[in-house]
Amino acid sequence: MILMYFTERPYREVPEDEVIKNRGFFGVPNRFFDREVGSRLYNEYLDEMVYAEDVGFDAIMLNEHHGTPFCMGAVMNVEAAILARITKKAKIVLLGNPLPTFKNPLRIAEELAEIDCISRGRLVPGWVRGAGSESIFNQANPAYNRERFEEAHDLILAAWTRPGPFRWEGKHFNYRFVNPWVTPYQKPHPPIMIPGVLSPETVVWCAKHRYPYLGLGTALPATAELWNIYGDTAANEGYVAGSENFGYLQHVFVAETEEKAQELGKAHLFGGGQGAFSRPEHTLPPGYNSKEATRRLARTMTAGSGGFLGVSSEQLNRAKANAEPGNLQAVADSTRRRLARGEATIEEARAAIYRSYQKAQDGLQIITGTPKTVIPKIRKILEVLRPGVFGVFQSQGPVSFEDRMTSIRLLGQEVLPAVREIGKELGIVDPFERKPGARPYAHGAQREQLVSLEALRAQA
Amino acid sequence: MAEWTEEITHVAGTDLAIIKGGQGKPLLILHEELGHPGWMSYHQALAKDRTLVIPIQPGMGKSPRVEQIRTVHELGLFYLWALRELNLGPIDVLGFSFGGWTAAEMASADSKAFRKMVLVAPPGIKPPDGDIMDIFAVTIGTQLNATIYDAEETPEFRKLYGGERTPEQFEAFEEARTETARIAWDPILHNPSLPYFLQGVRGLPTRIIWGREDAVVPVSAAEAYRQALANTDVQVTIFEHCGHRPEIEKGPEFVKLVREFLA
Repeated sequence: MILMYFTERPYREVPEDEVIKNRGFFGVPNRFFDREVGSRLYNEYLDEMVYAEDVGFDAIMLNEHHGTPFCMGAVMNVEAAILARITKKAKIVLLGNPLPTFKNPLRIAEELAEIDCISRGRLVPGWVRGAGSESIFNQANPAYNRERFEEAHDLILAAWTRPGPFRWEGKHFNYRFVNPWVTPYQKPHPPIMIPGVLSPETVVWCAKHRYPYLGLGTALPATAELWNIYGDTAANEGYVAGSENFGYLQHVFVAETEEKAQELGKAHLFGGGQGAFSRPEHTLPPGYNSKEATRRLARTMTAGSGGFLGVSSEQLNRAKANAEPGNLQAVADSTRRRLARGEATIEEARAAIYRSYQKAQDGLQIITGTPKTVIPKIRKILEVLRPGVFGVFQSQGPVSFEDRMTSIRLLGQEVLPAVREIGKELGIVDPFERKPGARPYAHGAQREQLVSLEALRAQA
Repeated sequence: MAEWTEEITHVAGTDLAIIKGGQGKPLLILHEELGHPGWMSYHQALAKDRTLVIPIQPGMGKSPRVEQIRTVHELGLFYLWALRELNLGPIDVLGFSFGGWTAAEMASADSKAFRKMVLVAPPGIKPPDGDIMDIFAVTIGTQLNATIYDAEETPEFRKLYGGERTPEQFEAFEEARTETARIAWDPILHNPSLPYFLQGVRGLPTRIIWGREDAVVPVSAAEAYRQALANTDVQVTIFEHCGHRPEIEKGPEFVKLVREFLA
């Protein structure tokens, strides 16, 4: 198993009131950015990553978002380049570069090749379509989001593997002279991983390319369903998918005492947490969704939900997961809408956010506690989803550097060894032990069981 | 309803849905960015002595997307081709908002395709004062509400797009917004070259109609259009206490103005 450390690198000192007032992190006015705080946080995050490697994580993961205090990693490749130099052995996993937003993806091919060379072959690039807000921020046409994603992907792989110079004349990108001097250290190219929040189109695309798919803290039932779609697609493509084809990222926070963990773990929900990433109109600009996804979305709208005026992706995901009303985000969502109409106060909205804390823990969306109490919960996730890569998502919000480092230390000392044992016991194989897509599928054979529905039922 | 029909015609290399209604000389109507709003009372009034020809923009409703149309200028070239094939030129044209921009692009490419032109609050030229609303970064509800100055005083506002907000209508709106974004995302709902090329328009009597309180395309753009169309006969009419939809906010006055101008 690959055990991975991830922090969103949030700007932790953004006033929570401003996030709530703005009904999302994206678009909070940048007058709330303080250079001293930003400078300190960037350096702390690099220290966290180095420490995560020291305590035994196999991989460190970065991501990229624009125009938001939710994540300061707007230019993730800069951080990755630093980590390439200051870490020694951890994989540097980028999940991922928002390809459709780049006007010059050839430069991304060059940047990633440099990082792979500096790190002597430790880069694991990953690519995303980007949240809708990245399209708005970067002036990237959302109606061409998927086309640009696919063409940029093809171009980068060609730049890495096809002898140059050559000409690239596509629908969205044209180059007269593709001949990057630096190509990746890993041959023919670095192993690629794709993260997502359960778009079926992306899952199928991943399976066709034999890329591992990493679920970003997505609800367990819906995740299990989509991994089976991956497995079926893989069989159609002529290979057997197994745990090496999957990864999962999970909010985990550990402290010395249960009481402290419970108190600090709340910060996962700071400002509304992931559900408050951006307002509906920024989450789904026109054309960002496929026609099919729009149709699914239209069908999930119910009278009086206010959904017609803009349906958020978390509502969509909830509908997909068949979650009951009242769980994790529902209460906070409706309060946010009332806030927008001036029918609720900021204090009420804040209370609604934190009211979902216990439910989020019960549903395993947030795992927080001492090493002793978090291990059985992680075991449940591993039993259900059997991911070859398991990522730990550091807490958001106002959690001090010291407390974050303590969490990393306890994870390294007590949690990681136990999780490795569980992985072995469950026979979980990671993508570096077994190349995803390497095992041929014999037509008509029973394909490998990817998820445990029994374990899922036991959890529910 | 017997007042209008919708037929699919193969023209300009694609299937094109065209709504037709009324009697008399044909009048080309180019609809706005959310699609054809339905058969409203201004259609009814104009159809008394004109045959309304309302093509549904490719990529919306029953007209399939044409991938080769990648700008509003190219959308204009497409419609010019369609008019030639349908033997409809020179024709009077009435363009609403995005449809007005499209008509202006058509005129800039071939002003002989039209006899007279009416533009209702078109984007397409960057307003000298204020910004064109970023309709792509707001919800459909916000976009729709922004088009009207006083919804209470505009009973037809609630009848736009069939009135009911069904999942099917949500899909239709998303499809229309997607197609508009696809060809007008960048630059934001305008073509920096359009003012230059509009100077080449000659012999095309033009009427520009705007609402003073337009929150989608600031009224300052009316003057920019007038200046760009300097080499043809152009007049501007601005309605007071009116937003982006004078055709329903000032229905009777609007219809009177258009009928007199086109007479």
